[in-house]
Amino acid sequence: MSDIADRVKKIVVEHLGVDTDKVKDNASFIDDLGADSLDTVELVMAFEEEFGVEIPDDAAETILTVGDAVQFLEKNAG
Amino acid sequence: MVTPLACGVDATWKRILNGESGANRVEKFKVDDMPCQIACQITRGDGSNGSFNPDDWMDPKEQRKVDDFIIYAMAAADQALADADWKPEDYEDQIRSGVLVGSGIGGLEGIEKSSLLLAEKGPRRISPFFIPGRLINLAGGYISIRHGLRGPNHAVVTACSTGAHAIGDASRLIALGDADVMVAGGTESPITRLSLAGFAACRALSTGYNDTPAKASRPYDEGRDGFVMGEGAGVVVLEEYEHARARGAKIYGEVIGYGLSGDAYHITAPTPDGDGAYRCMEAALKRAGVMAGEVDYVNAHGTSTPLGDEIELGAIQRLAGNDAARITMSSTKSSTGHLLGAAGAIEAIFSLLAMRDGVAPPTINLENPSVETEIDLVPNKAKPMEINVALSNSFGFGGTNASLVFRKVAA
Repeated sequence: MSDIADRVKKIVVEHLGVDTDKVKDNASFIDDLGADSLDTVELVMAFEEEFGVEIPDDAAETILTVGDAVQFLEKNAG
Repeated sequence: MVTPLACGVDATWKRILNGESGANRVEKFKVDDMPCQIACQITRGDGSNGSFNPDDWMDPKEQRKVDDFIIYAMAAADQALADADWKPEDYEDQIRSGVLVGSGIGGLEGIEKSSLLLAEKGPRRISPFFIPGRLINLAGGYISIRHGLRGPNHAVVTACSTGAHAIGDASRLIALGDADVMVAGGTESPITRLSLAGFAACRALSTGYNDTPAKASRPYDEGRDGFVMGEGAGVVVLEEYEHARARGAKIYGEVIGYGLSGDAYHITAPTPDGDGAYRCMEAALKRAGVMAGEVDYVNAHGTSTPLGDEIELGAIQRLAGNDAARITMSSTKSSTGHLLGAAGAIEAIFSLLAMRDGVAPPTINLENPSVETEIDLVPNKAKPMEINVALSNSFGFGGTNASLVFRKVAA
């Protein structure tokens, strides 16, 4: 597992208060991890902070699962 | 209730009757450069010995999103609904159950912190939970979501009268038929550096007792020099009388009177002649259909400010006239400090407990009264006495006044 994936999962666990083993690549923030729309906004902000990137709103809308976030950040995080 | 004395009604009441103070030095932020360095703060812990454990009342993940006033209100509402044994599960019960919980200030700490974050890191760092975690009516919002209260969903913001107005207004909603059950009260988490600085600038806070915090809140005493800020929440379950009787609910007392008035005088100072306080008590007693001389116990607003205490006392003396010597009045703020928007709610609860237990709680630190009065101010020691009618006063910045009258209900 990449370093980025580890850091993403850690953030998800902290923000959504879910068990680590539930945070799988294909887990949907809303459907599987109990997030609401405001939680997802906050998650994206946490990713921005952690990885020092800006995630534009249209990109944020495509980040629906843990894997989506990891993929986006692997591509865009410096 | 959650108060600086304890988490929970019984634990708080025990300490009130023991004449204890909840005041101590503020350690959670820098106070060396402030004139007032003390407050009545909630003791956090694992929940034992009356300590407050926020995790007992709200998921840590949710706590992160809100200011403490919401957590305190959730705790107080959970306790109140459990005590009342009211769990509206079916839809019909839910739509007849509402919430009316207010706060004087709301989420000041979150506003303070987010404002600094905005200045430092810009708008993209402001959390989506910033607004919903600070709004005053979100205390009621969270309570309604947890307990399925789909009836009236309302909030009051009248500074230090908030808690009393909330209970009074909620009782009227029931009387008018808008709901059968209302979860009502006030909550406040005002102990922040910004707020302490602001109230100190208003010259409202005690500044002379930083080394002896337990002595600082001393209503009616000639050594008083301002109020001591407190934090916490008080919530009651109000219920239509027959509705409560029919299900055999525990009844602490009946709300028989509620009066409101405005000073129309000054933003922070009460009218020197106590006209606003007088009219609000008068209106409450008229509504209750009782004479001033029939009031056994008054839980005073009595914040320990040089101006306010004597004005309130004067208004009560005027109201009671020749019956003044019959009246027993104390300020529990001497123990709890001033919980601002929660004050009226916790004091309504103290008034009900005073009736239940037949004891007037003491005004602690009352060593040398600043004025002579026939009214018994219950100095320093609780006074056992039969209490059938109790009146609770709350007066707030902006010249907003509320009085509640309670009557003991025969078992």
